[in-house]
Amino acid sequence: MSSFLLIFILLSFTTVAYHLGRTRALSLAKAPDGIRTLHSTPVYYGVLTALWCGLPALFLFLAWQICEPVIMTKMVVAQLPDEIRMLPESRLNLVLNDIRNLVSGNIVSGEIKPAMEKAANHYRTLQATGNAALTVVILSFALIGAFIARQRITPILRARNHVEKIFTFFLVACASFAIFTTIGIVLSVLFEAIRFFKIIPVNEFLFGLNWSPQMSIRSDQIGSSGAFGAIPVFAGTAMISGIAMLVAVPLGLMSAIYLSEYANKNFRSIAKPLLEILAGIPTVVYGFFAALTVAPFIRELGVTFGLDVSSESAMAAGLVMGIMIIPFVSSLSDDVINAVPQAMRDGALALGATKSETIKQVVIPAALPGIVGGVLLAVSRAIGETMIVVMAAGLAANLTANPLQAVTTVTVQIVTLLVGDQEFDSPKTLAAFALGLILFIATLILNIIALYVVRKYREQYE
Amino acid sequence: MNNSNVKESHEAEPQDSRTIDIVNRGLAKRYGKEQRFKIYGLLAVLTSLSFLALLFFTIFSNGYSAFFQTFVKLEVFFDSAFIDKDDPANSNFPGLVKKTLRNEFPEVKNRKEKKELYSLISSGAAFQLQKMIQQQPDLVGRTITIQVPADDDVDMLIKGNITRDVPESNRRLNDRQLAWIDKWAHEGKITKRFNTAFFTSGDSREPELAGILGALVGSILTLTLTLLLSFPVGVASAVYLEEFAPKNRWIDIVEVNINNLAAVPSIVYGLLGLAVFINFFHMPRSAPLVGGLVLTLMTLPVIIIASRVSLQSVPPSIREAALGIGASKMQTVLHHVLPLALPGMLTGTIIGIARALGETAPLLMIGMVAFIVDIPSGFTDPATALPVQIFLWADSPERGFVERTSAAIIVLLALLVVINSLAVILRNRFERRW
Repeated sequence: MSSFLLIFILLSFTTVAYHLGRTRALSLAKAPDGIRTLHSTPVYYGVLTALWCGLPALFLFLAWQICEPVIMTKMVVAQLPDEIRMLPESRLNLVLNDIRNLVSGNIVSGEIKPAMEKAANHYRTLQATGNAALTVVILSFALIGAFIARQRITPILRARNHVEKIFTFFLVACASFAIFTTIGIVLSVLFEAIRFFKIIPVNEFLFGLNWSPQMSIRSDQIGSSGAFGAIPVFAGTAMISGIAMLVAVPLGLMSAIYLSEYANKNFRSIAKPLLEILAGIPTVVYGFFAALTVAPFIRELGVTFGLDVSSESAMAAGLVMGIMIIPFVSSLSDDVINAVPQAMRDGALALGATKSETIKQVVIPAALPGIVGGVLLAVSRAIGETMIVVMAAGLAANLTANPLQAVTTVTVQIVTLLVGDQEFDSPKTLAAFALGLILFIATLILNIIALYVVRKYREQYE
Repeated sequence: MNNSNVKESHEAEPQDSRTIDIVNRGLAKRYGKEQRFKIYGLLAVLTSLSFLALLFFTIFSNGYSAFFQTFVKLEVFFDSAFIDKDDPANSNFPGLVKKTLRNEFPEVKNRKEKKELYSLISSGAAFQLQKMIQQQPDLVGRTITIQVPADDDVDMLIKGNITRDVPESNRRLNDRQLAWIDKWAHEGKITKRFNTAFFTSGDSREPELAGILGALVGSILTLTLTLLLSFPVGVASAVYLEEFAPKNRWIDIVEVNINNLAAVPSIVYGLLGLAVFINFFHMPRSAPLVGGLVLTLMTLPVIIIASRVSLQSVPPSIREAALGIGASKMQTVLHHVLPLALPGMLTGTIIGIARALGETAPLLMIGMVAFIVDIPSGFTDPATALPVQIFLWADSPERGFVERTSAAIIVLLALLVVINSLAVILRNRFERRW
């Protein structure tokens, strides 16, 4: 029986259980006072019965879904002939993969041996037995649960409190989801990074000047042995983000100032949503724009000035990334500029300052912490931005200060190292996780500082 | 007297006598600065907006032509010599196409020229004939005029994306091929029709056959899962944090944590998906299942933050009224607060989903970047997503893919516009100001 059908049957069982519980509660309500003799409204008795019917069975189902592959594999391995069972673990895994492929009818990597055929059949029978057993156990669990709950219904049963407790528990579980996500990110990145640092020392990774992660697969192959000094990658990231900020901060900040201090209502109501559109465009679109239009344009511009411009120059990627970040800077600055109390402006204007002097000497200094916070958030955005640089920046790690040459970034390296099939224990793939760790830490620090600054600033004027 | 005094002092000390004079002298300069500052601001806004205009102009001018496709009218004689009697669907259809082309230009004799001639018609033509025979087996022995898709080079030439005035060696089409195309054009056999294949087929190595349906279905599957998981969990988290959570250090950590998660680069979520879902739980690579889970984790913080704002905007008087007539805390929230906050929560969710629709980087990490021709039919089938398809096509060297990429971007942007306007409509219809 397929899982979907099983879940569907379980759902219909719970619906029935709900009605059972509700009618039971109604029948218990005695005539003179009616349902007032019940502790809770009949609905809660129904819901309680339904929960008793559905939840235990559902948990059992999930537990089986998680444990099934492990148990199955153990049982299949136990049945395999000795010469296969004694294989080293990596080879054994290959054989098991083939058996799984045989079961699901996919293409098998090698020739099919009779032992494997037998194991696959064994696997199939196990699966069939397991599924049948699962169906029976789960449905009986549901029935027993519903039955017990129905038997326990009495007028004094505090059904509402029970139901609410279960609901609260569900809410807490959902709220801790975010924590688990963070733990998941940290652990997944950290473990692989530690494995990487066991092969390549941390010092070499953080301070090495040479990055060429191509490793020879066999020892007799010609090719680089792999160098994992990440300084050129960090420098490239810094350069592209720097160019992006050089574009985004002046344009974003001046736009925000103009829109909040000078523009009339009509202009503002048109220009502001239009600017926000820039933030809503998917980054892959920017990447295509950078590669198709901006990079060739900059290259040709350079050629007319007699400059040698790479077709994947840091300039093009940085420029387009800057355009992407403009609305980010402008909307955050807009918020903080609007939060500056009007009294401060009035004071400056009353002293005879012009509007621009008021802005430059009163409003901006007052809003500065908030603006800095916004800019920091924008920097963390630029560092973590992936698609624009993947499509428009280079792959080779050059340590250069020339923005017209191709440089690479942390995110580009992560993507190139991990896209495609890789063995999961070579330094090459693990390096991507080490880079991911650095990226995560860097953006985290920037975000924490920025959020702290912004929050502090808000308190100041509230 | 006073007046003369002023005059005197003015004459005696022409400079820096009175504050007002200093101010007046500097005034022109200051007004100039004021004007310039204002203009800089306006220029900043206009520059940003012109970038937006340039972006849209580039995409649309490159992409609109992809919605039309060049077809060639051919008179096909379904020769019984080519059609297999027992198994008509497996006959030599490519051979039939070639025969038809040789009939069109009987003067073509040698191998090289024949090859050049065959390359004018898309390889999809054979499949088209196959489909016709499958549907109407009685076509055998009859001659029918049909329209078959032209090769992408011909398509590009007709659309003016390949110029004729470069030297022959630098051109994708040589002079002979140009002459054949001109002859067809002269006979009115070349037509441009709406490109239905673009919306009804999966990916292909041939630009003229490539479509976005596979990627679109992949995106829909992925986002359905994202919506189903992230909306309930996000709303429940927000309700707990806003209505039930005690004010203690633990909850503070959760809050800071959620704010930080909203700013973690999306590619880090991809790393999480790769390490946890694929390598640890052994879920299938390239599947919408994993994509949906990763995008769920990415969208959750957005939804939680929006939902909390929405809950905060419900005035406390509603809660107090419900509690006052004896509702429990849970009843207050579920029956009174949540329905009022729901429109705002939905708006936030829609915006989160719109962001997830345009997200590419995490999907690259979990292998949704493969070349997939088939249209996925379930959550565990290999699939790709619309933005990833754009990325894949943008990397293809053929000129035909440039316009396809732009056209796919137009479709993606149109979807985003639809989704976002849904959010705006929802907000305008249901949002209440208290």
